[in-house]
Amino acid sequence: MPFGNTHNNFKLNFKVEEEYPDLAKHNNHMAKVLTKDMYAKLRDKQTPSGFTLDDVIQTGVDNPGHPFIMTVGCVAGDEESYEVFKDLLDPIISDRHSGYKPTDKHKTDLNFENLKGGDDLDPNYVLSSRVRTGRSIKGYTLPPHNSRGERRAVERLSVEALDTLDGEFKGKYYPLNKMTDAEQEQLIADHFLFDKPVSPLLLGAGMARDWPDARGIWHNDAKSFLVWVNEEDHLRVISMEKGGNMKEVFRRFCVGLKRIEETFKKHNHGFMWNEHLGYVLTCPSNLGTGLRGGVHVKLPKLSTHAKFEEILGRLRLQKRGTGGVDTASVGGVFDISNADRLGSSEVDQVQMVVDGVKLMVEMEKKLEKGEAIDGMIPAQK
Amino acid sequence: MPFGNTHNALKMKYASSEEYPDLSQHNNHMAKILTPAIYERLRSKQTPSGFTLDDVIQTGIDNPGHPFIMTVGCVAGDEETYEVFKELLDPIIEDRHGGYKPTDKHKTDLNPNNLKGGDDLDPNYVLSSRVRTGRSIRGFCLPPHCSRGERRAVEKMSVEALDSLSGDLKGKYYALKNMTDAEQQQLIDDHFLFDKPVSPLLLASGMARDWPDGRGIWHNDTKTFLVWVNEEDHLRVISMQKGGNMKEVFNRFCTGLTKIETLFKDKGTSFMWNGHLGYVLTCPSNLGTGLRAGVHVKIPNMSKHAKFEEVLKRLRLQKRGTGGVDTAAVGGTFDISNADRLGFSEVELVQMVVDGVKLLVEMEKKLEKGQSIDGIMPTQK
Repeated sequence: MPFGNTHNNFKLNFKVEEEYPDLAKHNNHMAKVLTKDMYAKLRDKQTPSGFTLDDVIQTGVDNPGHPFIMTVGCVAGDEESYEVFKDLLDPIISDRHSGYKPTDKHKTDLNFENLKGGDDLDPNYVLSSRVRTGRSIKGYTLPPHNSRGERRAVERLSVEALDTLDGEFKGKYYPLNKMTDAEQEQLIADHFLFDKPVSPLLLGAGMARDWPDARGIWHNDAKSFLVWVNEEDHLRVISMEKGGNMKEVFRRFCVGLKRIEETFKKHNHGFMWNEHLGYVLTCPSNLGTGLRGGVHVKLPKLSTHAKFEEILGRLRLQKRGTGGVDTASVGGVFDISNADRLGSSEVDQVQMVVDGVKLMVEMEKKLEKGEAIDGMIPAQK
Repeated sequence: MPFGNTHNALKMKYASSEEYPDLSQHNNHMAKILTPAIYERLRSKQTPSGFTLDDVIQTGIDNPGHPFIMTVGCVAGDEETYEVFKELLDPIIEDRHGGYKPTDKHKTDLNPNNLKGGDDLDPNYVLSSRVRTGRSIRGFCLPPHCSRGERRAVEKMSVEALDSLSGDLKGKYYALKNMTDAEQQQLIDDHFLFDKPVSPLLLASGMARDWPDGRGIWHNDTKTFLVWVNEEDHLRVISMQKGGNMKEVFNRFCTGLTKIETLFKDKGTSFMWNGHLGYVLTCPSNLGTGLRAGVHVKIPNMSKHAKFEEVLKRLRLQKRGTGGVDTAAVGGTFDISNADRLGFSEVELVQMVVDGVKLLVEMEKKLEKGQSIDGIMPTQK
């Protein structure tokens, strides 16, 4: 299991052919990119904390495919994974992030004033708006690999930082292992509570070890800004509210996130970031902004239209069920969010969501009236 | 000796108390025995193949308890685990195996002629009879820890040995990953097919990695003798048939097992065995004989009797549902088997099952007639 640095050198007694995984039935980014030569070249390497090639790819070996989405099939165990295993991860990043090259630079823009519009999505269709990202604390290994001591340290630092927030961000931390039944019920009712992962994609990477030790949820009193501690990443930062005012959601997101980053810096802890990969997170799909800005939107007609997938593709948007990743939509209500993470800024991505959702709601209204939408099909963004 | 378990060394930077697991909600053998002092003494150690204390106990941390059985909460990753971590495992073994001391010797007896009776269990009640054990191939790591190369080597050696069996043991190997739909259906109908484990007890220890690579089922043409390759142990050897002729089942079991051991020895390999622990297997609960002999028996009245648990305990028997470990009984039909593994020989354990089930069926018949069973309550074996 990845959580012990399992005898990588011992495995070298076996030839590459004997250790190379059988990926014949697999369809994920890792399986597309990995070759025997690459495996031979990388298998004797490890990051300073001991994360190995097999640790990187185990989740992709154990999960051949997914019915709805092309999964990544690999994870990072620490910041150095992206360097030590770049031969494997760079092509995966390029494939996943639309041709992003090893020499490309990523731009960060958390200036909410640069977003145009976004305050007028029709609340009859747009039920809720949400922006999330992740952050990793430099110097600690990531959830697939970290020890209990590290995880608890991440929790301690995070809660210290969050406890200093004030004004609209003043809030409270609820550790999973100390939650009362009443607190738990409330968090479920608020749609805040995250549970032990059940997705085999996540379990196969080892990130649920020691659950629920050092996991918890922090949220502000107004329940519009929350932070998950030690779920799939060290921190997941979420701004959300009912209705279609994505502008306000994004403003609060940017302001809150900046405050958190400042507090961490004051305590001499930075976030994992570099100008090539942007913010460094557990899953290569979340590199760059790590941002998923989305809405729950009623599109019963558009979602059954023959061109729905095509439209999403052109708008650079992605659909999910209303339970998040790995779920199906219910009653024509979809979770629509940006598909990109790397190579465009936070503002760019939220702009795509705002503009794209506005268009889709217009299309839905046309279809309701029995009108065609052919004239409105967008160009590829 | 490998270069070192880098991640384990990284954890040493944290104080033992920072790494010590939270076992306050836990009820398994590991949680009963482990203390901060033991953790501190053992946490810097590793076996020659790199298995660490955290590797041993992870499954017990991730699975606090079980509604029906007292779980072990730890596993071995190789033969040396039981030596390197004896300070933790000896007390667990003692607690689990009826007070078995570190100085005790275990006796092996696979002579089926030593079994008295067992050929006359009433088939109106005893639907089927089965004996299983496990074997580990010396020199290879165990399922929680083995690499793909090792697992495939175990498969290769096992299939070579099994392919040379003849007479009523002549059979065929069905690799899980090459199985046709027809073969799969037949194996399901025969109740032979094992599937990827779903029990979180097993998954958390890492033994399902790379599924179904290196896994398969071998069985003889008459479908009464089968071998599982690389499920929870390197080998599980099973003899089974409908009805209550446990004598015949045990005969075939001993004959087949002895032939397999001889074949392995001829090729210069042997099974993990020592005079103290007997046969060494992945789960400490299976040490000694590794033997579970059982029947599916209809005891709807007996199983509802207030003294059912007491009777089982005195007979040194254990109940499970008809789907095996982690399942519930269906329609009053129970899986009844020996509770012990270590400190008794194979013959002694099967004798307990034969005698005990005979008595349980007598009790069931009495209860059917509305008679009391107080007069035939057994003494503690």
